[in-house]
Amino acid sequence: MTNRKIVIPGEIIEKGNDFLAGEGTEKKVDEIVALRFGLAEENNKLVKVIPLSGVYQSRRGNVVIGRVENVTFNGWVIDIGSPESTFLSLVEVPRYVNKDGLEEVMKIGDNVVAKIWAINKRGIDLTIKGRGLGKIEEGIVFKINSNKVPRVIGKEGSMIKMIKDETGCNITVGQNGLIWIKGDRIDNELLAKKAILFVTQKSFISGLTDEIKKWFEKEGGKK
Amino acid sequence: MTTKIFKRKSGRKPEEMRPISAKVGIIPNADGSAMYQSGETIAIAAVYGPKKMHPQHMQDPGKGVLRCTYSMLSFSVTDRIRPGPNRRSTEISKIIEWAIEPVLMIDKFPNTVIDVHINIIQADAGTRCAAINAAAMALASAGIPMKNMVSSIAAGKLDKTVVLDLDKYEDSEFEEGEGSTDIPMTFTDDGKLTHIQIDGNITKEQLKEAIEMAKKASKKIYEVQKKALKDTGEEK
Repeated sequence: MTNRKIVIPGEIIEKGNDFLAGEGTEKKVDEIVALRFGLAEENNKLVKVIPLSGVYQSRRGNVVIGRVENVTFNGWVIDIGSPESTFLSLVEVPRYVNKDGLEEVMKIGDNVVAKIWAINKRGIDLTIKGRGLGKIEEGIVFKINSNKVPRVIGKEGSMIKMIKDETGCNITVGQNGLIWIKGDRIDNELLAKKAILFVTQKSFISGLTDEIKKWFEKEGGKK
Repeated sequence: MTTKIFKRKSGRKPEEMRPISAKVGIIPNADGSAMYQSGETIAIAAVYGPKKMHPQHMQDPGKGVLRCTYSMLSFSVTDRIRPGPNRRSTEISKIIEWAIEPVLMIDKFPNTVIDVHINIIQADAGTRCAAINAAAMALASAGIPMKNMVSSIAAGKLDKTVVLDLDKYEDSEFEEGEGSTDIPMTFTDDGKLTHIQIDGNITKEQLKEAIEMAKKASKKIYEVQKKALKDTGEEK
């Protein structure tokens, strides 16, 4: 693993002119200065700060889970925990919807898996065209810190794959920190939830995948 | 004039500040939080946001809005104070906003608000400085982009001596000679002022001396803030 250290705003990360300022940093004369609190990482002379905390920062292409806040005449207002207003337009639904029948597809309070397909000045536009996207019919949805999502997914999905295999549940992790678990039995769903919460608590230790494996042996796998 | 060294009631040297400590991440529900203690004064700060600004007419499409709410809890002083906003707390809330805003990079969050709630759970003078220090740490821990950290400290004058970090007795009861002057100040870590207030009389020369004294002390506060922030990072 590359050398990482925690930095605070205004702290000098690197000195000298041979570094490039990446995300969360700024170049001041010949110093790279951190602009936010997080983990500083240097890779191929590119210095960036990985956030450890804060609200979800939306990015194009992210799969997120949200709750329907309002139904308008041409779509749904979705709450994904981001400060921008988020909208799912009627034309982004993969089937024909009657203009009077929006409530039949999704009503206020429903949870939905969606993808961010555009971010503009007015807000975020979502789509549910694609595999694995759409309204959540059953299962559990719960929230974790959105900055810990990469740890829950693991390197190339290793962590989430193991939790899926061990519990036999279908898990969708939204980049905004909401997680949807759907299994054949409620015990397995709760086990998966417990495992994910365990990951978020231990997110800072290295070799976490092995640690989770041990944890599953102790807890006993799926029923 | 006599050259005898001025004696403070607390036994501190003129340039000695009260013992300080800080902790980050004390409120799990908040996006960022911190506690700052200076002697008997304790401030806690919680940051929520950036989130959408309501009501809509208060939204600023050019940049985000920093909204601080300073409040002294009813049990923070020996005589119970009436809880809720009052003239003094509204003013201090505004002061805190002005002290922190120069370092905050909120132009990237248009139409949003960052809420900072600061509560003084124990007051012994210097509450606005403690509030600014706690708020700065809480904002950093909430991942808000900032150009720099800010550290706040008061200097002042007791009779004819320039002193650092006045406590409750020195601030409001000391009446010997010329009385007391309280000068709260806020510095960035490279020594630039973002806020200064003066309550009392002071000469130009002594004001310069007081600013230099506070600048030196702000470095110590910065180190404490830095350490507190780094300690939570390890747990996360």
